[in-house]
Amino acid sequence: MIETPLTNPFSNFVIVGERTNVTGSAKFRKLIENDDYTAALAVALQQVESGANVLDINMDAALIDGVKAMTTFLNLISVEPDIAKVPLMIDSSKWEIIEAGLKCTQGKPIVNSISMKEGEAQFLAQAKKVRRYGAAAVVMAFDELGQADTVHRKVEICTRAYNLLRDKLDFPPEDIIFDPNIFAVATGIEEHNDYGVAFIEATRIIRETLPHAHVSGGVSNVSFSFRGNEPVREAMHAVFLYHAIKAGMDMGIVNAGQLAVYDSIDLELRERCEDVILNRRADSTERLLETAENYRGKEGQKAAVKDLSWREAPVRERLAHSLVHGITEFIVEDTEAARLESERPLHVIEGPLMDGMNVVGDLFGSGKMFLPQVVKSARVMKQAVAHLLPYMEEEKLRLGTQDQAAGKVLMATVKGDVHDIGKNIVGVVLQCNGFDVVDLGVMVSCEKILEAAREHKVDIIGLSGLITPSLDEMSWVASEMERQGFGDMPLLIGGATTSRTHTAVKIAPNYKGPVLYVTDASRAVPVVQKLLGEDRQDLIQETLDDQERARLAHFAGQDKRPRATLAAARANAAKLDFTDYAPPKPGFIGTQVFDDYPLADLVPVIDWTPFFATWELHGKFPAILDDEIVGEAAKPLYADARAMLDKMVAEKWVTAKGVIGFWPANRVGDDIAVWQDEGRTKRETTFHTLRQQMIKSAGSANLALADFVAPEGVDDWIGGFAVTAGHGERERTQAFKDANDDYSAILFQALCDRLAEAFAERMHELVRKNHWGYAPNEQLPVDDLIGEKYRGIRPAPGYPAQPDHTEKQQLFRILEAEAKVGMKLTESLAMLPGSSVSGLYFSHPQAEYFGVGRIDRDQVSEYAIRKGMEMREAERWLAPILAYDPTQPAKVVQEA
Amino acid sequence: MTHFTSREDRLAKLEAIGLDRILILDGAMGTMIQTFKLEEDDYRGARFADHGHPLKGNNDLLVITKPEIILGIHEAFLKAGADLISTNSFNATTISQADYALEPLAYELNLEAAKLARQACLAFETADAPKAVVGSIGPTNKTLSLSPDVNDPSYRAASFDEMVVAYREQTLGLLDGGVDFLMVETIFDTLVAKAALYAITEVLEERGEAVPIMISGTITDRSGRTLSGQTVEAFWNAVRHVNPWSIGLNCALGPNEMRPFLAELSRVATCKVSVYPNAGLPNAFGGYDETPDDMCHTMTPWAQEGLVNVMGGCCGTTPDHIHHIAHAASHGKPRVAPVIQTALRLSGLEPFTAAA
Repeated sequence: MIETPLTNPFSNFVIVGERTNVTGSAKFRKLIENDDYTAALAVALQQVESGANVLDINMDAALIDGVKAMTTFLNLISVEPDIAKVPLMIDSSKWEIIEAGLKCTQGKPIVNSISMKEGEAQFLAQAKKVRRYGAAAVVMAFDELGQADTVHRKVEICTRAYNLLRDKLDFPPEDIIFDPNIFAVATGIEEHNDYGVAFIEATRIIRETLPHAHVSGGVSNVSFSFRGNEPVREAMHAVFLYHAIKAGMDMGIVNAGQLAVYDSIDLELRERCEDVILNRRADSTERLLETAENYRGKEGQKAAVKDLSWREAPVRERLAHSLVHGITEFIVEDTEAARLESERPLHVIEGPLMDGMNVVGDLFGSGKMFLPQVVKSARVMKQAVAHLLPYMEEEKLRLGTQDQAAGKVLMATVKGDVHDIGKNIVGVVLQCNGFDVVDLGVMVSCEKILEAAREHKVDIIGLSGLITPSLDEMSWVASEMERQGFGDMPLLIGGATTSRTHTAVKIAPNYKGPVLYVTDASRAVPVVQKLLGEDRQDLIQETLDDQERARLAHFAGQDKRPRATLAAARANAAKLDFTDYAPPKPGFIGTQVFDDYPLADLVPVIDWTPFFATWELHGKFPAILDDEIVGEAAKPLYADARAMLDKMVAEKWVTAKGVIGFWPANRVGDDIAVWQDEGRTKRETTFHTLRQQMIKSAGSANLALADFVAPEGVDDWIGGFAVTAGHGERERTQAFKDANDDYSAILFQALCDRLAEAFAERMHELVRKNHWGYAPNEQLPVDDLIGEKYRGIRPAPGYPAQPDHTEKQQLFRILEAEAKVGMKLTESLAMLPGSSVSGLYFSHPQAEYFGVGRIDRDQVSEYAIRKGMEMREAERWLAPILAYDPTQPAKVVQEA
Repeated sequence: MTHFTSREDRLAKLEAIGLDRILILDGAMGTMIQTFKLEEDDYRGARFADHGHPLKGNNDLLVITKPEIILGIHEAFLKAGADLISTNSFNATTISQADYALEPLAYELNLEAAKLARQACLAFETADAPKAVVGSIGPTNKTLSLSPDVNDPSYRAASFDEMVVAYREQTLGLLDGGVDFLMVETIFDTLVAKAALYAITEVLEERGEAVPIMISGTITDRSGRTLSGQTVEAFWNAVRHVNPWSIGLNCALGPNEMRPFLAELSRVATCKVSVYPNAGLPNAFGGYDETPDDMCHTMTPWAQEGLVNVMGGCCGTTPDHIHHIAHAASHGKPRVAPVIQTALRLSGLEPFTAAA
């Protein structure tokens, strides 16, 4: 629990630590010049501990023998496991120094850099050697004519380099990292003013047009003209990164320990930095210079003042301050003070320390803190906990507290997945029945699960997941249980996408112990009781038999349902008439943010039926309240829910945030081209859609979402949205759990989910009536809203009309969902916060919801090409809807 | 009599067989030689009678001085069911032969080792059962990632360039002797392996040949790391650039201890996976206690679970062990490589994957 922020896997930005670079750090240069390698290693270690994912090593200085220094330093690093664990970036403008570094590197490093400066022949020769040494390469936007400084030149050179590497050397595209040159801005020379914009724009195009390649750069270059004014430099770096990362920059050479937080920069300074970086006004340099004077030398002063003020606050606040700012200096002292004030040492952890970590988690979760800062906070936390541990041990001995486990069940939502309402319910139900539950929370890695299972000596492991990629992760946990010898410890599988068949076919075969699919919470109790009682063998045998049947049925059922060929399905597409129909133009083009949508406005549109289903009370609302059987349970639950909902709205427990956008768009084949502007020539992005391949009866079309958009030549538009009611959800859920009030915790989470859905519904209504405005006079009662009896649809990636979760990536990018409303995607493409909804808007009156159903190899193979994805990767994401077995070779079609 | 007109021809057949069943690699050479209790004079033979340095223990030299023994061992493994026979050239580099002052012999040792293995294979192979020669390339007795001098951690007993020179010569000898595969094996320091792979890819390019490369690392203990500190995935990331035919694990551990690391490798590798464990951990006398039956028992599930494409044995395994391992293999199906997302995958001692 303590480490939750650390396991956050979706900080997509690779941080390359820059302090071990003699050209960037005078301090490091002096250490190398003086042969003080011990201190130099300490700098490297500091970068790694501050969160550097990769370590940049540069020894290019006049007084240094670069080959010798690189060799010595890398040899020293290789015997320091705490440093050597991370990959290296071997950085030099001299090839012989790079090669010397490569000869000392056992892992797979990055070479920084090669370029076409000396022509194509040398570039290719070096690239070939890079590959032979087993490294990835930074390619600088530099050719025979010089370093690229305009968008056009940057893109042109990178594209040429990319094509050369691919065509001549088959260099893996994912191992190509472009450095489109970050140059200093605000230098007083007018031509330099556009350098920031040029980098950012070039980045956007490179990431869009050169598949799998990355973009990196030396960030500190941008602020070179403000040397000596660290506060301003840091602000410029934060602003630059904020915009460059949005454009697709996914790696950067930065001071890993010193990243400023975008949101914490003084507004005036931030605005003026932004003016300079984005070249927004003619006098931006003068204005920044003017402001900068106020910050010069302020660093030291500020630190001293800060010191005095926060140390006077109560201990709770001091601890939070230390955690958020990553200060270890006073942590032991403050933890001790807190311990003396607390009844039990554990309370220090659960109270002030967790509160501080929650703040850190929020800041990180909303993109306002970078991973290194979080790592620092975690380190502070660890020191505090380490201080408390001996007292907790002592207390255990003194009180003789012992674990009294009748039966212990470990529960976790697997890696990449954030959904845990169902899991929490199962946990509570089990606890009510006298079982001990160890709940590891969400996004728990396999190692953690198994480690905890051993540590807590649990009897059963239960895994939960909601989205399809979680199924793979569950199979992996099963195989790891087998590998690590979990013997006959039962594994329970549950969650919305899991099924009896999947468990039997994909999970159970990986583990010799019992693997049981548990449909819902009510089923969990008898299963656990049996597994821990005398009926164990019966249940296991029963399960094995059932799974065998499920497997047979599955394999027998495969490949039998005929599919139309993609060509035939396309020929039977829905041919909407666009000749007599002009698609409505939205009220604006681009995005609009709803930063704090009134919760009260969402309550009336809540669809309560699924709320009861969450609690396993089935029936339609409001009839369910008077239902003969479940009415008795439904009524008080509804009352509690309404009471809590009132409080949630009144006290604003959560913030509803959303972003919508509209763009010019046209159908191109089965894809939807989203244009940058009404010129309709440059693509902003592409949405790929899948076509039904079931055999249809006459008059019924094989649908794809693309059918609902006009082909080129007719102006049409598409919309997108991402809304969440989950900001604040996690903290409050935790607060309830900390207070041992799981009921409220689950009630609250379920309500957040409902609010998010209601928000999506309300937003769609606003879109139809106002923002897109094609149905200004729509007047529908709530029931019809919920029943979707309106014009236009809002299908979501990952749902039947477009089962491919990866399509969320484009949507989130063009909506800038992370920057604008703090919504992110996990590695399995689950949305964060958990209570979130996203999707596309289609306006055509004939647009309708449908299910793609199973699709065949011909479509998957074409789809993969359209997406620039490996076939097998596409098959992995589309696994649940494949009509064929991807492990079997394709059948050769016989010509009649 | 040859059943295959070329290496490509033989490999194509083997590849086809490898889709249907797990291929079998031979067992230990060193521990087999030990059973002959050879003395100094046996190692010297007539040719090196006057060599000014003791030669006992230089097993690689036997391809010249006792070829019949090496041939006999190859034949015994072929008879036991091996598809792939490794050449007796594990230490046939100038660097390792320096211990015996026989550096100039390195090329010849590799050439003869390859020819002997080929001779054995030709006698056994049929059109339906190709027998392939695997050129064995050992780790040498030096490391590039660790310092032998506790007082100077930046010191190295050899350089990358020296390794490349030595491995080039070994590669040339093995290729001239007609091997079907080149196998960099028993890797305890990935940097040494990278030097070998550098030499191999350079030589193959110069000669315009395409010889499949097998790579096999050694996890030294239950920590799951190589001697130089890498985890299995970090190791794979560091060597995958040569597009190997197979990646695997061998030596140091018995099958029971090796299993978890094999599973880890099997999960990440995009090429074939090989495994050839020792016959258990060495006992107090330096011998190996796992019986052929034991190994068959432990390795059968690997085959059944589709973890591997190639199985064999390392230290302490005899033809009887290989016979039993082949039996274990017959219970399963060859591994099908998993789908791996395209991503920048780097490594230090640990793997690092940049989000796509």
